[in-house]
Amino acid sequence: MARRTASVSAIGAAGEMVPQVRVRGPVWDGRLTVLILFLPPALLLFTLFVVLPIGEAAWYSGFNWNGFGRPTNWIGLDNYRFVLETRAFWLALRNNGLIIAVSLAIQLPLALTLALMLAERFRGAVALRMLFFMPYILAEIATGLIFSFVYDGDYGLVASIWRSFGAEPPHLLASTDTAMLAVLIVIVWKYFGFHMMLFIAALQSLDKSLVEAARIDGATQSQALRHVVIPLLYPTIRLSVFFAIVGSLQLFDLVMPLTRGGPADSSNTMVSFLYNNGISRMRVGYGSAIGVILFAICVTFAFTYKRWFMRDE
Amino acid sequence: MSNARIIRAPFDPAMLFKLVFLAVVAIIVLVPLLATLFGGFKSLGELRVNPFGLPRHWEWQNYADILFSARYWQLLRNSLIISTLTVALTLIVASMAAFTFAHIRFFGSSMLLSYLTLGLLFPAATAVLPLFIKVRDLGLLDTYFGVALPQAAFGLAMSVLLLRRFFKDIPYELLEAALVDGCSYIKFFRYVTLPLSRPILATVGTITFVNSWNAYLLPLVMLNTDALYPWPLGIMVYQGEYSSEWHLILAFITLTILPTIIIFLLAQKHIVAGLTAGAVKG
Repeated sequence: MARRTASVSAIGAAGEMVPQVRVRGPVWDGRLTVLILFLPPALLLFTLFVVLPIGEAAWYSGFNWNGFGRPTNWIGLDNYRFVLETRAFWLALRNNGLIIAVSLAIQLPLALTLALMLAERFRGAVALRMLFFMPYILAEIATGLIFSFVYDGDYGLVASIWRSFGAEPPHLLASTDTAMLAVLIVIVWKYFGFHMMLFIAALQSLDKSLVEAARIDGATQSQALRHVVIPLLYPTIRLSVFFAIVGSLQLFDLVMPLTRGGPADSSNTMVSFLYNNGISRMRVGYGSAIGVILFAICVTFAFTYKRWFMRDE
Repeated sequence: MSNARIIRAPFDPAMLFKLVFLAVVAIIVLVPLLATLFGGFKSLGELRVNPFGLPRHWEWQNYADILFSARYWQLLRNSLIISTLTVALTLIVASMAAFTFAHIRFFGSSMLLSYLTLGLLFPAATAVLPLFIKVRDLGLLDTYFGVALPQAAFGLAMSVLLLRRFFKDIPYELLEAALVDGCSYIKFFRYVTLPLSRPILATVGTITFVNSWNAYLLPLVMLNTDALYPWPLGIMVYQGEYSSEWHLILAFITLTILPTIIIFLLAQKHIVAGLTAGAVKG
């Protein structure tokens, strides 16, 4: 399980053996036809829309260019300097760090606890699993809008709770102190069910005889949990952490309906920062530089993570 | 043995804690969703004083106005077209590539597969500006294909990996026998591999569909005409127009997430399997 998990999850399935079909007779022609017909569409699509744009981002990032005509105004590494000198960039980076911290400190333990509770069979367990998974399948945009209602200072649920205590309702999304906190809560609400499902899947494929053996040898329920079940879940925990970090680095849709990264850039993520500063103003060079930095972070992270934490899987 | 019975006893404190905990989480998940559903049935005035409860006076008009507006159906239609295009492109292109990688050994095959899996490393957002310029230069800006092609390209890596693993599990004695009997690779793909792979095709198709249905960034960058907007863009425009008429916005949200929820209830098996594919398929 662990082996195969690692291969699909993250970085690559390369290096697996392809079973060799040994057939007598002139079949090479048939295979050549398949190679010529079946492979190019995928390679073309992928190269054109994924690989080339990343290469072009590196090229464009050397220009001061608004996207019209050809880029001519070469300014070297200045765009990178501008990005690194922008306070909002560091705020966005900090917010991505915050999202990862909250994912690890709150979301992951919550998901694991719920998975342990719901992996057993009892009446309602399946319904609860589906309910908890539901926020994950809702569009980020819809979720963001729902919570911008929840947080609304005049009509929202939070405002109503505040008023019932006789207090003046806060405008959580409009304050630099609370906007990011409000976004973080929505992130946990939306994504904990996904991680819970990962853990439930892992728990269900767990070899239960190991737990039984531990119990027969005199381990208590919690000892069996701590020393047998949790260690067996380490591969899934590492996977869950991986998804949390990758997800944080691409978070955008959820932020837009809630705060658009504001107020005063206090709730930007890397991608919303890229959108607000590069795309919406068509500053191609500057935006590309942000994209390249984000790309470098993603790739470095993926390789480092795979090397350090998923080495033997 | 008897442990199981003790755990299940009605007055066990651990059990009680578990039930309370589950109930609290369930309430936290449900309340915003139900408040959205019921909020759409309230008048703005009632929403202000009673955002939590059932509507005292059911305003069917909010929902009816949206359901009878051309705008709502146009948004759903656009989303459906874009998602269907993306799914069709992904399934055709990815299954062909996966078949090649699964059954044919050729020089550089593992290198090419690694090349495709590069796509798992970074989000579409990193290259979205050059992507915009590419799509513009291809003349696809403001077209359904301008959104569907990049979406399919970015979902390709995961789809190829999932399909290839499934294709490889098809016993190759079958392929061998078919080839000896004079069946070509392409016929084998069409008449054996694809029919046998319906479950994984359904899984990959569903996850691609959900991702495309919910996507916001790519359509936002690639489309300029309101008439082409998929629903995530349309609902943001709607919210901009009716900025604080929350009862209308809530009704609109409910009606736009309804298809997602119906599809989820119908295809939960495929959705859960597809979206947690990294681990479940292991």
